[in-house]
Amino acid sequence: MSATTETRAMPIAEGRRRSGLLGRLPLHLFVIGLMVIWLIPTIGLFVNSFRTPTDATSSGWWTALFPPEAFSIENYAYVIQRNGIANAFLNSLLITIPATVVPIMVAAFAAYAFAWMRFPGRYLLFIAVVGLLVVPLQTTFIPIQKLYAGFGLNGQLAAVWLAHTGYGLPFAIYLLRNFMAELPREVFESADIDGAGWASKFFRLALPMTIPAIAALAIFQFLFTWNDLLVAIIYIGANTDNQPMTIVVANLTQSIGGGWQYLAAAAFLTMAVPLLVFLALQRYFVRGLTGGAVKG
Amino acid sequence: MDPRLVNAIVVVIGVPATLVGYILLVEQILRALPSRMQPRIRPWFWMLPALAFLGVFLVYPTIQTIIRSFQNRAGNAFIGFDNYAWFFGNAGQISTLVNSLLWVVLLPTLTVGLGLLIAVIVDRVRYESVAKSVIFMPLAISATAAGVIWFFMYLWQPPGEPQIGTLNGALDTVGAGPFDFRATDDFKFNTIMLVIVMAWMWTGFAMVIISAAYKGISRELLEAARVDGAGEWQVFKGIVWPLLMPTMAVITTTMIITALKAFDLIYVMTGGQFDTSVIAFEMYRQVGFNQLGRSAAVAVILLIAIVPVMLFNIRNFRAQEAIR
Repeated sequence: MSATTETRAMPIAEGRRRSGLLGRLPLHLFVIGLMVIWLIPTIGLFVNSFRTPTDATSSGWWTALFPPEAFSIENYAYVIQRNGIANAFLNSLLITIPATVVPIMVAAFAAYAFAWMRFPGRYLLFIAVVGLLVVPLQTTFIPIQKLYAGFGLNGQLAAVWLAHTGYGLPFAIYLLRNFMAELPREVFESADIDGAGWASKFFRLALPMTIPAIAALAIFQFLFTWNDLLVAIIYIGANTDNQPMTIVVANLTQSIGGGWQYLAAAAFLTMAVPLLVFLALQRYFVRGLTGGAVKG
Repeated sequence: MDPRLVNAIVVVIGVPATLVGYILLVEQILRALPSRMQPRIRPWFWMLPALAFLGVFLVYPTIQTIIRSFQNRAGNAFIGFDNYAWFFGNAGQISTLVNSLLWVVLLPTLTVGLGLLIAVIVDRVRYESVAKSVIFMPLAISATAAGVIWFFMYLWQPPGEPQIGTLNGALDTVGAGPFDFRATDDFKFNTIMLVIVMAWMWTGFAMVIISAAYKGISRELLEAARVDGAGEWQVFKGIVWPLLMPTMAVITTTMIITALKAFDLIYVMTGGQFDTSVIAFEMYRQVGFNQLGRSAAVAVILLIAIVPVMLFNIRNFRAQEAIR
């Protein structure tokens, strides 16, 4: 990658060789300035989350750096103990894990059928899935709440992950089907000659070869459900025992009054998991994003 | 052990095991059928779990909501277009519609515009991947956390008190402000401020995809144009821009949908106060008032606003299948 960047940067560098590094200074200033602008909001929150209540409510976070104030992790200790954050963290995991695993499995079965089985209506049915991709979740809330009421599901964790499974399926089917359709036909044909059934072709060939797409999808779905507020508010609502992190933090913004340093700490706790996932798996995440839109 | 934890473990192991068992069972049953019938029935069994979920969680409720939007508050009588008439005859609701429109115009413009600019510019520096990670990172966090982050950026104190919000602190040092970013609704100022937060989150998304498409453009083609004497701007306008067009169109549709569905950020930052509500938020607010008929009508209006994007996606998909 760097080699191609080099060759293209050459003519510009050549044209301005006499000015050398100085000629490229505006470019560097622009890029670095951009990074600073993008980072400042998060740095402000990060600094505030370590400040004492009096400091945080009486002066801006930038004053804490020069000279350095007495920072402490007390705000984190406070929110973990007081606001049910630990419980909410567990709830977020209990919603997110099934909401990631189940739709991917269900979607993989359907994607396999769409990609490799011939049947009448296949094309139209898949067009319908593409159409469902953009249906706003808002149009589904009231009837599903009513449906859930019959099973006593409203306010339960299952209500949220079941809904996320349904909502995540169109994208999951779309992504996996497009990936599976590109798999080499010869592999399946030679399996046919060996007398392999559809199930064994799926579990032994299609699924392992689809791992890159499944990894990207798992990251998307995980981030989407972990970060979701709306679906959780609708189906869990006021049942405090089952509220995920997003609801608890969103409610803190309304109820905490001047305790901003606590809010900052709580917000950082919700960000920790997605940021770790993102930093560790960025490559797969980006590959999943660009694979769909660019190759397309 | 926490009973919920036990439940979760059962779900995470039990549900996949059931699904695998289901497929193996289906194949066993199919084997017993005459071989001519098998290919006709098999796909439906493989799709059944997905179709069931899609039916229960998307198709059925959407139809129900459309029906509900023509019913009264209690849901026991049809009242024609009254819920829609209420929406379009109410200045407050029209304002949410205007706000949504502003979101739909501003968010794609900002994210795609900035994403393109950044993608092309960071391509020229050696620390490109670091710069891209920094811009892309906000996409990983929730709108709730982003709302809290920008709550500190926009924080406002009455004049005379120390300004502890980042932007008002900066304005203070140059002797301007303080400015109440969240509550000032002149010329939709606060709605624009909310869109900026969302653009901070989503610009990285546009940048990453545009950047990948940009790197896919043949280097020889660009070099040839430069050798022929084309300036950087001519190269961009004549070659890069038209080649990136299809990619930018796809991102624009994604951003339009994101803008129409904006909810979390508004919930956290203003709670829909100060005239910042949008259709997606209004739907939720009407549920809170127990106005289910009106709420359903607002949801249907949102759905109708998204239909053009849906048609664009379907057309795009069909064009792709044609080349496949």
